[in-house]
Amino acid sequence: MSVTAEPAIIPAGKTAVQQEGRAKAFRLWITAGPGLGWVIIFLLIPSIILLGISFLSADDYGSPAMPLTVQPFQQVAGYSLLGWDDGNILIFLRSLEQAGIATVVTALLSYPIVFFIMTRHESIRPLLMLFIVLPSWTNQVVRTYAWSIMLGPTAPLTWVAHSLGMVPPDLGIVPGQFAVTTGLAYNYLPYMIVPLYASAERLDWTLVEAGRDLYSKGFSLFWHTVFPQTLPGLLSGLIFVAIPAFGDYVVPSLLGGDRALMIGSLIANQFTETPDWPYGAALTMIMLVFTCGGLVAFRVLTRKFGGSVEATI
Amino acid sequence: MLDSTALPASAPPNSGAAGRGAITLSGITRIFAGSVPAVDGVDLTIEAGEFFTLLGPSGCGKTTLLRMIAGFETPDKGRILISGKEMQNIPAHLRAVNTVFQSYALFPHLNVADNIGFGLRMRGIKGAERAKRVNAIMDLLQIGQFAKRNAAQLSGGQRQRVALARALVNEPEVVLLDEPLSALDAKLRNELQIELLRMQKRLGMTFIFVTHDQHEALVMSDRIAVMSKGRLQQVGPVLDVYEKPRNVFVAEFLGLSNIWPITPAGPGAADTPLGRLEITTPVANERMAMIRPEKIWIYSDNAVPADKKNIFKGIVREAIYMGASTQYRIEVAGEQTVLALDTNNAAAERSWRAGEAVAVEIKPDNIMLIEA
Repeated sequence: MSVTAEPAIIPAGKTAVQQEGRAKAFRLWITAGPGLGWVIIFLLIPSIILLGISFLSADDYGSPAMPLTVQPFQQVAGYSLLGWDDGNILIFLRSLEQAGIATVVTALLSYPIVFFIMTRHESIRPLLMLFIVLPSWTNQVVRTYAWSIMLGPTAPLTWVAHSLGMVPPDLGIVPGQFAVTTGLAYNYLPYMIVPLYASAERLDWTLVEAGRDLYSKGFSLFWHTVFPQTLPGLLSGLIFVAIPAFGDYVVPSLLGGDRALMIGSLIANQFTETPDWPYGAALTMIMLVFTCGGLVAFRVLTRKFGGSVEATI
Repeated sequence: MLDSTALPASAPPNSGAAGRGAITLSGITRIFAGSVPAVDGVDLTIEAGEFFTLLGPSGCGKTTLLRMIAGFETPDKGRILISGKEMQNIPAHLRAVNTVFQSYALFPHLNVADNIGFGLRMRGIKGAERAKRVNAIMDLLQIGQFAKRNAAQLSGGQRQRVALARALVNEPEVVLLDEPLSALDAKLRNELQIELLRMQKRLGMTFIFVTHDQHEALVMSDRIAVMSKGRLQQVGPVLDVYEKPRNVFVAEFLGLSNIWPITPAGPGAADTPLGRLEITTPVANERMAMIRPEKIWIYSDNAVPADKKNIFKGIVREAIYMGASTQYRIEVAGEQTVLALDTNNAAAERSWRAGEAVAVEIKPDNIMLIEA
């Protein structure tokens, strides 16, 4: 009896395992599928198309055409019929600098703002956070125009700049690098404040008390007890600000003028004003490589701060 | 950054409550916005080198009182003298007082040695000297092998030692401990209680210990203060507070008790719901009679010695065997319950069973008159 029963059991067990495996795969697709689909449709496919375009030639209207060439990439590096030009390198470096400064400024502004909100009564904190996020619900172009008025030749802020000799008389702060920095910092401030607030909200205040108990005060107290706890939020904020600020084109276009061109505007120009799709695509590819490279470098760097930070990227 | 000499200088030793590590609180009151006082007019003197416990239920104000000594809270009224110096308005980082937090509050981004050395580092004590002191305290607490570990990798008991080391390494005048053992399991807690006590005796520092655990308070303290609703109910040596509680709250919070309301019935007697009790102390303002369960004698109801006073007949309703002793709930005079504790001190101890008819003896000497 027992010998004949055995083979009957094994296939039954197998089906159960198979069913379980199928259920697992189904769950995986259900949960990961939409995200994966999003990335494929809106990121991967366009990137591949752009990559293709970047190896094509431009026709008379700037649209992609055969034959295949690496000329767009040469153009990115600064080589053209007129010889080598450092313009693109400068724009690239300026973009890095502007994004870097704007990121540091948002971080420095965010700490006092976050701690102001955090120390308010529980009932009004959500409202204060709403005020922080509210401006980003309006159009970025509108907000940036507002700054071009506030930093224009007749604005009070400009008088201050005039009297300090920062800006030549009769000229506004706009257009210029300073205006771009201001615009970028303003635009991306909420993207720093929100993750920082999220980590500051979970702050363990007894660690701050322990610091005070152990003879620490002022900046040293902040540095040793608050800063390490808010580091995950800060790191997320750095990414949320630095990457879009690096590629931003609305702010430099409206506030920067020709003297403060950034890579985002340069790319936008290749698809609008002076069309050259392959060149624009090549620029985009290079920017993408640098952004991804930056993210990877950042991740390697944050690993050194310990596992708690990894969840941020 | 602080130099160690920048800490409040210690007063000359052996000058009573003004000695190094002595604490005097007078009229301390702390009221949180829109609430009843958390601490209400507390006067208290803690001697140098004492193991002093603040005992009370949660919300009684004991932690708030501790936090005011640490400098995390400022009293609304009253004075705090630490080592004879007025401290109520001095910020925490300038007080020669260190705290062992309930949650340990170890810095998660620092390893054990750096956690312990943090206070010394903030006081500007450099490299070799700091390492020497940190190593010495780690040896004392037997945590040297964890020096390079992260706080998150330690067990509860190990974290507790690190937190203690982090306080002790600064050689504070007073060590404040806010329920430091409450997160540990019973066996470890008992071990650490003894160890903490030994450490305190050895170093001679003043320890102020906050707990809601009466057993812990009894085991560890030189003196205890029982708190309720922001006020001190009773302060004294452990034995006094247990044996002679001042009021019903103290009697019930510390140990088990039988408490009955009394009405005086002439000299040496008082009426209770049990019946008339013979007592040795004259009734003054007290309105209650209290006797501890272990001070009640139980007899078979037909074998009571003739010369005994305050004998009440009853029936055992519940017998809870607890190994070393058995706890009895005995119904006397209809609805009254007497709680009695009997040591199981003979191998073939005859213990009473539920339903058995017995007689209890409430010796006049063992009756304490207490306030309501």
